[in-house]
Amino acid sequence: MQREARLIQGNQAIAEGAIYAGARFYAGYPITPSSEIAEECSRIMPGVGGMYIQMEDEIASIAAVVGASLAGAKAFTATSGPGFSLMQENLGLAVMGEVPCVVINVQRSGPSTGLATKPAQSDVMQVRWGRHGDQSIIALSPSSVKECFTLTVQAFNLAERFRVPVILAADEIVAHMRESFTAPAPGELEVVDRKKPACPPGQYKPFEAGEDGVAPLAAYGSRYVFHVSSSMHGPDGYSNNSPANAAWRVAQLHRKIETHRDEIVMTRSYYTGDGCDVLLVAFGAVTRAARAAALEARKRGVKAGVLQLITLWPFPDLEVAVLGENARTVVVPEMNYAGQVAGEVRKALGPGKDIRRVNKFNGQIITPKDILEAVM
Amino acid sequence: MSHATGVKYLKDGVLPHMWCPGCGAGTVLGAMLRAFEELDFKNEETVVVTGIGCWGKADDYLVTNALHTTHGRALAFATGIKAFNPRLNVVVLMGDGDSVTIGGNHFIHAARRNIDLTAIVVNNMNYGMTGGQVSGTTPAGKITSTTVYGNPEREFDICALADAAGANYVARGTACHGWELQNSIKEALTKKGFSLVEAISPCPTHFGRNNNLKPALEMIRWLKEKAVPVEQYDPLAHPKEEGYFPFGRLVDRNAPDFNTRYEEIRARAARS
Amino acid sequence: MTEKKDRYEVIMAGSGGQGLIVSGIMLGEAAMLEGKNVVQTQSYGIASRGGFSAAEVIMDRDEIIFQQVEKPDVVLVLTEEAMEKYQDLAGSGIPVFYDTTLLKPRTGENFYGYPFTELAEKLGHVGTANMIALGVMSAVTGLVELESLARVINKRFSGKTAEMNLKALHTGAGLIAG
Repeated sequence: MQREARLIQGNQAIAEGAIYAGARFYAGYPITPSSEIAEECSRIMPGVGGMYIQMEDEIASIAAVVGASLAGAKAFTATSGPGFSLMQENLGLAVMGEVPCVVINVQRSGPSTGLATKPAQSDVMQVRWGRHGDQSIIALSPSSVKECFTLTVQAFNLAERFRVPVILAADEIVAHMRESFTAPAPGELEVVDRKKPACPPGQYKPFEAGEDGVAPLAAYGSRYVFHVSSSMHGPDGYSNNSPANAAWRVAQLHRKIETHRDEIVMTRSYYTGDGCDVLLVAFGAVTRAARAAALEARKRGVKAGVLQLITLWPFPDLEVAVLGENARTVVVPEMNYAGQVAGEVRKALGPGKDIRRVNKFNGQIITPKDILEAVM
Repeated sequence: MSHATGVKYLKDGVLPHMWCPGCGAGTVLGAMLRAFEELDFKNEETVVVTGIGCWGKADDYLVTNALHTTHGRALAFATGIKAFNPRLNVVVLMGDGDSVTIGGNHFIHAARRNIDLTAIVVNNMNYGMTGGQVSGTTPAGKITSTTVYGNPEREFDICALADAAGANYVARGTACHGWELQNSIKEALTKKGFSLVEAISPCPTHFGRNNNLKPALEMIRWLKEKAVPVEQYDPLAHPKEEGYFPFGRLVDRNAPDFNTRYEEIRARAARS
Repeated sequence: MTEKKDRYEVIMAGSGGQGLIVSGIMLGEAAMLEGKNVVQTQSYGIASRGGFSAAEVIMDRDEIIFQQVEKPDVVLVLTEEAMEKYQDLAGSGIPVFYDTTLLKPRTGENFYGYPFTELAEKLGHVGTANMIALGVMSAVTGLVELESLARVINKRFSGKTAEMNLKALHTGAGLIAG
């Protein structure tokens, strides 16, 4: 990886961040606006002893990623809109089987083929609830080329730490934007590897969680033999349909995330030091427009601040509540129709709060001017 | 000389199995495990990947590594395992629904990619686990719970499909020819590249009951009569329309497998 | 030469296939050599050739917050369609550079028309037209030092291609020397 400052796209930074995090397996199916990640991985992976494999579709891509992860790889895929929809069922298996993996979803405008080359932030709910059944998941959202790199590393760290799929919910803007960027030196960012079993092989149970709620994970081909199943299973990985076991499993999948919420939830606030009358809650590329709007509002005498949601799921409800409580007005700009994040902000702040939505869903970006209109 | 039993791969206390009386899945499992033993497969070096269906429940009986996946996608999961760790023996167990109906796309691409896996497909010509609905291999005209007036569609020939898609090894067997089936599985497991063994199996509970082959024995008799060793098979004497089919080794090639080809890519990347 | 500013916002507009994105990247890389932060964005249609296309470049000593150009300092247009979109900016004091080989001549203040394509053909490769444009734009507005662009050319190209681009750069800069 080059160490000098370069002008590179978010998608390239994602691919490089994955390599930095130790990813050595990429399976994917190209789709705009995520294809540069595939292209970059096909170039880098074979040279670092890794593998790029182009599968027949996105269903197969996430399946191969899960298979490789269970064989010991840090594995990932990248996709967009329609491809992310296709991945949902097997992503559910990754949740159920507690298989660490990372999925980059470069959000684009829909529904269906929609505006295939244009940005959107309309997969917030699909990221969280796209799969059937009770399940929990982690999602992060980058606002710059630098964050494309650092949050990809974080995504792998969280996936490895909690044996859970992590979605990097990027958008077409950060994915295709070029920014001057200097890659961190090796060792500069923390890289986390999954916990491996230390017990005698005969005693290993792949779903027997220790005190912190996350069981160690062996690799196929190690001295530990183990079963992973899409069906309801007991601590040993074998089918177990008892109601007591099912209740324990489903709760366990949630608990490991809930009890470590503070390790997972990341936010950043701007211009909130002196308190703010107007709080802008933003994520992804729109964070930048929100910051520009807040600065402009302050010039015009309105004390505005920004809360950037770096982690989307689990939702930073406490962080929103703390900053939002003292604000007169909360504004949520997002590139979707329904206000997918605004709804969560409403949940965090209650029905009495003045919450204003700024929504754009025509493939065009949200500008500082769009936001200012709601603020002033 | 002692004969392989395959018992060492079986989980304690799982017998008798849960498959219906007259079903061929148990026979195929036995043939596979004996082949494992004859090839001295180690549990820790073996991964059995299963789909969804009667045969897809086979991993419940095993003490090898296993991954029980989603319907139709077993080959794609297995591809990731094998691609990342080519030292593993990866065996994929699917029914006719998994392999060539919902999962048909993965099937042809696994064969085209020539990934070094062995797929063992139990073809019972319908969806047995869920009540005997029509599948991609149900013969035209046959009755199932979703083709109550007869199947208006034609059936896939699984072996021909694998052949056309580029598999290195293709064999057909039946649940009524255990010894031959075991040998085919053994050949498939030792073959580098994508290998397929199709095992035609009776489903007396659904397919047989719906198609006047009610007692399990009827279906077994039918299989014994219609299956002809490939060496003796003569299309004129054994017309397809009357249900005859050849069994045994049908395709045997030695095209380089995916991982071998990828090593060449790595060497090129290292030079560039 | 005009005094160098801490921040420049540049729009380079035309149609797909005119090399605008690459030119935007090279301009950005030159600014990075001068210690600036750079953001380069693009808008394009479905096809990768033809159709309206624009590269935006922001170069700033400080952090670049909003990533899109809001108040352009310099505009380059290479098609009539792009000119129609941006020509009003000239009236508000923003220099609009355009290729007289491809566009009808414009009169009035702040229009800078030069035959980039024709000059490039004379140099031996039509593909150097954008480098001629970057040369004159930098010379007129102080976007980046010519030396920085020359360094970017030498990093990106070698041999004859580098030589031809360097010639183009100086041809462009020379257009306003008199």
